[in-house]
Parts: sequence; C-alpha cells; structure tokens
Amino acid sequence: MRYKLLTAALAATVALQFAGPAAATDLEVTHWWTSGGEAAAVAELAKAFDATGNHWVDGAIAGSGGTARPIMISRITGGDPMGATQFNHGRQAEELVQAGLMRDLTDVATKGKWTEVVRPKSLLDSCTIDGKIYCVPVNIHSWQWLWLSNEAFEKAGVPMPKDWNEFVAAAPALEKAGIIPLAVGGQAWQSSGAFDVLLAAVGGTDTFLKVYKDKDAKFAAGPEVAKVFKAADDARKMAKNTNVQDWNQATNLVITGKAGGQIMGDWAQGEFQVAGKTAGKDYTCLPGLGLNEVIATGGDAFYFPVLKDADKSKAQDVLAETLLDPKTQVAFNLKKGSLPVRGDVDLNAANDCMKKGLAILAKGAVIPWTDQLLSQDSQKQKEDLFAEFFAKPELTVEEAQKRFADLIASAD
Amino acid sequence: MFPALRMQGRERTALTQPADEMSKSERPNPLFRNLNAKVASIPMILTAMVVFVGGTVWTVLYSFTNSKLLPRLNFVGLDQYYRLWATPRWLISIENLLIYGVISLVFSLVIGFLLAALLDQKIRFEDTFRTIFLYPFALSFIVTGLVWQWLLNPDFGIQHVVRDLGWTSFSFDPLYNSSIVIYGISIAALWQGTGLIMCLMLAGLRGIDEDIWKAARVDGIPMWKTYLFIVIPMMRPVFITTLVIIASGIVKVYDLVVAQTSGGPGIASEVPAKYVYDYMFFAQNLGQGFAASTMMLLSVAIVIVPWAYLEFGRRK
Repeated sequence: MRYKLLTAALAATVALQFAGPAAATDLEVTHWWTSGGEAAAVAELAKAFDATGNHWVDGAIAGSGGTARPIMISRITGGDPMGATQFNHGRQAEELVQAGLMRDLTDVATKGKWTEVVRPKSLLDSCTIDGKIYCVPVNIHSWQWLWLSNEAFEKAGVPMPKDWNEFVAAAPALEKAGIIPLAVGGQAWQSSGAFDVLLAAVGGTDTFLKVYKDKDAKFAAGPEVAKVFKAADDARKMAKNTNVQDWNQATNLVITGKAGGQIMGDWAQGEFQVAGKTAGKDYTCLPGLGLNEVIATGGDAFYFPVLKDADKSKAQDVLAETLLDPKTQVAFNLKKGSLPVRGDVDLNAANDCMKKGLAILAKGAVIPWTDQLLSQDSQKQKEDLFAEFFAKPELTVEEAQKRFADLIASAD
Repeated sequence: MFPALRMQGRERTALTQPADEMSKSERPNPLFRNLNAKVASIPMILTAMVVFVGGTVWTVLYSFTNSKLLPRLNFVGLDQYYRLWATPRWLISIENLLIYGVISLVFSLVIGFLLAALLDQKIRFEDTFRTIFLYPFALSFIVTGLVWQWLLNPDFGIQHVVRDLGWTSFSFDPLYNSSIVIYGISIAALWQGTGLIMCLMLAGLRGIDEDIWKAARVDGIPMWKTYLFIVIPMMRPVFITTLVIIASGIVKVYDLVVAQTSGGPGIASEVPAKYVYDYMFFAQNLGQGFAASTMMLLSVAIVIVPWAYLEFGRRK
C-alpha cells in the first residue's frame, strides 16, 4: 500500500540522519484540552518538556475530542503530521498505526521499563499492537463518577444521597426547589457516556463486559439491561431541563448549585478546582454512582507520528520520556483531576475524590472502557441512539433497548 | 390576447437569424472556432473532469467498500446502503431536508419576489431598503446561526424579553423542541437568504422593458395580472437562476445547523450533509459516509435530470 511505501521511505531517512546534533527543537503537540482545568494541566506538560531544552508548541484544538480527532487524523493522513498528538488510548488510532503512520516507541519503552511502572497493565496493552508499543499513556480517566452539589441539596432540604437510587429518590425535592436534578449537556457523547456509566453501575461489571466486550446482543435485549434502561429513563427525566451544550457548562451548573448532580468523568474535578471548590465541603463525588465501585481505565495517551526530521524524532523520544516522568505525572494529574499511570508516585497532595479513585485502583477494581472495546463507528451509532433517547421522551424504553441490541449485534 | 405584447417577441427572434447564416459559410473546422476562449477554459475543464467527475466516481466506487478510517478497496456490495436506510438518524435527516427544502424554496421565492415587487414601485429611499434587506446575506451561515441561536434561546432571547415585558407564560423556544426545531432553523435561513433572492428578482424586474408595462396599460390589464401573467413568465431565466441558487443551498445545508443546534435536541435537526461528515470523520467509517453522499448526489440527480431533459432535450 501507498502508506507502507511512504513509511518505509520515511523510516530510511530517519535512520540515515539520526546522528544529528542535539539542539532545542520545536515540537508541535496537538490536543483538545481547552477548558480551564485542562489548560492548567497541559501547561504542566509543556513546562516539563521545555525544561529538557526543547520547545513545546501548543496546538490546542477547541471543541472536545469529537471535533479535534478528525482534524488530527486529516493532518496525519494528509502528510502534515504534528510532533505528537493526543488520542484516547484504545482503538481511535488503530488504523493509523496499522497504516504505519505512527512511530514505534518500543525502544524508549524498554529503556524506561514502562512494562514495570505503568499500572494497571491494561493501559499499556491498549497502546500495544502486534507486540510493539505505539503510545504513551499519561493518565487514567474514569467516567464512573457522580458529582453532587452540596449547596443544591441543602437548599432542597434533603440529605446528601449515598448512591444513584437515593439520588433518584431525591429528584422531586430538588425540582420543587427549582433545581435541575441532573445536568446532562446536549453533546451526544455526554448522554451516551452517562448510559455506559449506568450500565456498569446499575447493571454491574459482568453486565457491562457481556454487552461491550462479548457483544452479546441477546443479553443486551434481556432483563438485566432492561433494568439499566429503566435507570436511563429516570436520568433523562431528571435531565430534561438542562439547556446547555458543553460538558463544562453542565459541570458549572453543579458548581453554582443550579443543578443537583452530573454523571461525568473525573475531568470534571478540574473544573471544581479552578472554581475554588473543596471536595467533601462544596461538592461530593460518588465513584461508580455509589453502587458498583469500579474505575474504567480509559484515558489519554500521546501518539507520535512518523516524521522526516531526525531532530524532531529525537525530540519525540524526549517528550515520550518526559510524559512518564514521575514528577510530570504528579504535577499534570493533580491539575487534571485524573489518576497517574504510575503506581510508584507520591500523591499526598491529592484531594478526597482522587484518593477514593486511587484506593479503587489499588484494589484492582478496574474495567476496560468503551474506547478500548468498541470501534469509533459503533461508538458513534451508540451516541446517536442515546442523544435521541435523552432528547425525545416519545422514544420508549423498549424501543430504545431493541435498537441498542441491534447495534450491539452489528458492533465491532 | 395582448396584441401589443406579442409584437415584441416576434421581432426579437427574427433579428437573431441572419447572424447564424453568415458564420456557417466560412468555418473550416468547428474545433478551432473561438480558439482563445477554448484555451482559456482548459483549466476549468480539467478541474471539472478531475476534481468533480473524478472525485464523484471515486466516492461512488468506495461507497461499495467497507473502508473505515482509510480508503480500502474491499467490496461489500450494497451493505453500506442497507445500513444507511435502516439508520433512524439518516431517515430523520432526509425528512428534515425535505421540510427545510420546501420551506426555503417556497418562502424565499414568495417573500423575495414580493419584496422586489414592492421595491419596484418607485418608492422613496429604495437604496436604503435594498441595503437593509440584503445586509443579512453579508453574514456567513455560522454567524447567522449563532445570532439566531441566541435570539431563540429561551433564557436570554425573544422568550426572555417578552416575559420581561409581562407575558410570563409566553413560550417560544423552537430550537429546544424536537418537533419544531427544523422550522426554527428555517427562520434563520430565510432571514439570511431572502435578501439575495430579492435582489435577483429586482434585477429581473428591472430587465423587463418599460414598453411592456406601457403596452399592458394600453390593453387595460390590472397591475397584479400584469405581474402574474406577463412579467413572471418573462422572468423565467431569472427564476431558473434563483431556483438553482436556492436548491444548491438546500442540499448542502450544514453550517447553519451546526451553529444553531449541532443537530440537537438529540438528533432532531440532523441533515444529510452532517451525517456524511460525522460518519466520515467522527465515526471513522468512510464507506458509510460515501454511501450517504452518493445518496445525496442521487437525490440531486433525480431532480436535475428530468428537468434538464425537458429544458434542453426538447429543443433539438
């Protein structure tokens, strides 16, 4: 194939020029970290990379991963690759790797003993294709969190719920006090993510894996999953008055007490931090919605496209090492609200919620996430279904479940 | 029926005949006639052949494959099309396109023509009005979409203002209501587009010979009848230009929806062009996106081909 040839040619030039002088090199890094908390976190990475004598050229693309990924992919396939780029590790960049457009990082990984320090092991597995490592995981992001506003529950005069069921029960009281019980932004990935969280929390780990890993369509049409759809029905009723689009606007509703809670990944924590809120006092977090305390090992990783320039390739190696450096890991993840990918770092500065997450991680209660289990195509179909389900009350639970089962049957 | 009018038409056709006769006698090779013009149009012909026709053929060909992120020639027959027509989102997109198409076609033609006819009454400050009506067209669809997104937002748009004035039960939130959201989008499209249609129509009206009007008056025809039965049929070329402009705007509508609702609430305001983009790039499924764009091409062809046949085929 054309790409293979191109890569071979590129690899040859890289190999020939590898003995170039070491100097400050500009490396463009693209990512979609643009909200307040995210920008603060990425600045830590840039600082660490600049400290190595190279220069981080920030290529932030606004508008969440859905908008950013097509731009990144067209740049790579179109022959204008950046120095490094963020993806969610898993299957998003699978075909780019297979087409030989991404650099093999196995040498750097062996030198840095990544297989020993990265934990849980599944993170590195999702970076590995045919025994070679193609990406650097930088954090663990888990979706399984329910963020609750203490202020909202005080105002409504109901005790803080301890799990999803109590939260659903408290919804009428919240509504009476003029508070939106559950904030779900209008972007499709938010409603689809919320459903996946419910699937793992209400349905349980086995249900989750049977549906997304084994892709058992019969099971997806069965009573276990029907229970989850019932919960999703509750969720859409609680969320019907949310008139915002972006996830951080929805989080902001919780921060300001206009909404009772939000099902969102731990990246929401960065927003609470930027707003100067304290975990436990101003907001409460329930991992696994308080029902099933698991953490999905989704997250962000950096991929390095194959470049012609030998200096830049060298800078890529440096960046790859820097990203996994214990100091960078701590600084970055504290700001980001995510969990570090190394087990051997000191996280005393972590707040309540992060400590809860770390404890679950230490227990090994981890599940793979949909980014690792499903192709982007199946994910998009799922997003379409749940965007419609959350916005259209006329779409019945039964009809939605039937369509979900069909989707699982054809998923890859 | 209108004798004074008939005269005019006859004269015109008679005049064009002799010119054709003359050129016929002295042309060696039709290929080299107007050589300069032909050479000058070579780049455009190449662009059309390679980019448009070539790109179209390529797209149609790959729509029969299971290409994911990268194009691969692995044929799967009509699978992509079966899946496409079984997808609720695609069906909603088609329905929306039809509603949006009918609304923007009918209303922009009617409103555009009415505005033009009114401006044509030799009113005062015509330039000012023309500028005001045409101004929205200077804005891109993205800006138009954002402006109307704010205007139609229940929390700080029209609904908010009216409620502040005292009508507290007033409700106007088309963009947040699944069943009428496509109409909300059409409002913005009409606001942006009618100005241009008005200008085209006005140019057409100004192109009608003053003598026609005089002749119509001699025949004692009322003004509305003159417009309806004489002026509009005479403006046929202008109407066709307008129709093509409006129709192409309908099929490609994308940015307006993205700016106003990004397809929401849920998937209630999705349109085919957005389906194509989303599946090609977000879902990393080129095959599915190509199948959808081939369907769009087909729908355009279904409209254009019979029309072109009637328009050009009949004359020969």
